[in-house]
Amino acid sequence: MSAFAKILSVETKLTLRTPTWPVFGVLLPSALLLGIGSIPGMREPGPATGGARFIDGWAPSLIVLIVTMLGLQAIPAIIANYRESGILRRLSTTPVHPGKLLAAQLLINTVVALAGVGLLLAVGAAVFDIPGPRDPAGFLLALVLGTTSVFSLGLIAAAVAKTGKSAGALAMIAYLPIMVFGGVYLPRSLMPHVVQQIGPYLPPGVQALQDAWTGSGPQPLQLAVQAVFALGSGVIAARVFRWE
Amino acid sequence: MPLVEVKNLRKSYPRHVAVEDVSFHVERGEIFGILGTNGAGKTTTVECLQGLRRPDSGSVSVLGLDPATEGKVLKEKVGAQLQESKLPDKLRVGEALELYASFYRDPADPGELLRQLGLTDKRDSAFGTLSGGQKQRVSIALALVGSPEIAVLDELTTGLDPHARRDTWKVIEGIRDRGVTVVLVTHFMDEAERLCDRIAVLDAGRVLATGTPAELRHTTGQSTLDDAFVALTGRD
Repeated sequence: MSAFAKILSVETKLTLRTPTWPVFGVLLPSALLLGIGSIPGMREPGPATGGARFIDGWAPSLIVLIVTMLGLQAIPAIIANYRESGILRRLSTTPVHPGKLLAAQLLINTVVALAGVGLLLAVGAAVFDIPGPRDPAGFLLALVLGTTSVFSLGLIAAAVAKTGKSAGALAMIAYLPIMVFGGVYLPRSLMPHVVQQIGPYLPPGVQALQDAWTGSGPQPLQLAVQAVFALGSGVIAARVFRWE
Repeated sequence: MPLVEVKNLRKSYPRHVAVEDVSFHVERGEIFGILGTNGAGKTTTVECLQGLRRPDSGSVSVLGLDPATEGKVLKEKVGAQLQESKLPDKLRVGEALELYASFYRDPADPGELLRQLGLTDKRDSAFGTLSGGQKQRVSIALALVGSPEIAVLDELTTGLDPHARRDTWKVIEGIRDRGVTVVLVTHFMDEAERLCDRIAVLDAGRVLATGTPAELRHTTGQSTLDDAFVALTGRD
């Protein structure tokens, strides 16, 4: 087995032995959808949301929750812990570049995010008649770009934090705005106009996800902005990354 | 040609000079001790040997290679045991050995290594459940799994109880008997005296003396290495 395949297999086993983040990332958003959806007013068209169902507008925000939890909490904490306990340093004495460990973690968390989104789509369709993405290709593109942009932001925090705790604190700087502008705490339709204007461009691009899911497809500009975020953050993370 | 040759090594950090001026050489097949108190510059010195840090000036040659520029080749041939380096608690001993074996072109047999280090019955135990001595033996196994020519062991027995220390010493002698050259970093005089063929005594980033334990005792006119060390550093 190649070194990367071996690292990936070991990291996957370790992730499953302490499955805190996968459990949160996969189950929590769907549980929230079920919880909020159990309130009748939330799944019926209402005047406050412009005649639409609350739940239809909020479901894309749960994707923001998935991607943000994994990208800005899980990844920085895991990587910073590996640095704090000398695991990255230990790897750097072997012929293997510690970047392979990073790549394995990004891959594992991407799979967890996709599983979380998959379950969310399934629960939405089965329980609340939220149809699957009307523009599947656009949805997948928006999801991949959005996930990459948030994960790259998380990598910046992971890159410089000395401990797991300080990684969490650093990532919080991006975490709160992303959750607020992404409409996780309060539906975007109820927020001030300026918030509604900025939200679509912040990672992971909640509007593009919604447009691809229930609307007529994502706007290219919003997708492009996510790509720029992903690339920019990725470059910064690579520049500032410290292996010890 | 010596296996390791360090000449006038100097390395400073933003706030202090860790290594002022260090020179020594290590011959094939010996256990070479780098002895000194905390902050003497021992760890920085061996980090330069491993290519983990780039010296400010001076030259370092390991197996005829420059660690700063040929580190990738060198890492195949130099096994390391680092101070304060852990493995994930949930990682099992056998998994750790097989994982690290996959990093090298010509690895040792993990099962055989575990047997030699008395860890066979711990193969399926999680790293976090091991005792301090067992963790150190796993750490030594990882340093040897790449079939290295040189093993660098940093503060191997710090924090171990007397029995575990003596067991670890036997393991290190076993490493030399396999033909692996050992560079041992330690601040324990008894450990250096028992294990090392030759010792470099470091203090404040400089080499005060190099020689066999007997030579160091002799030149300082002391009866123990402990006293010789105190005489050399000129402090109590």
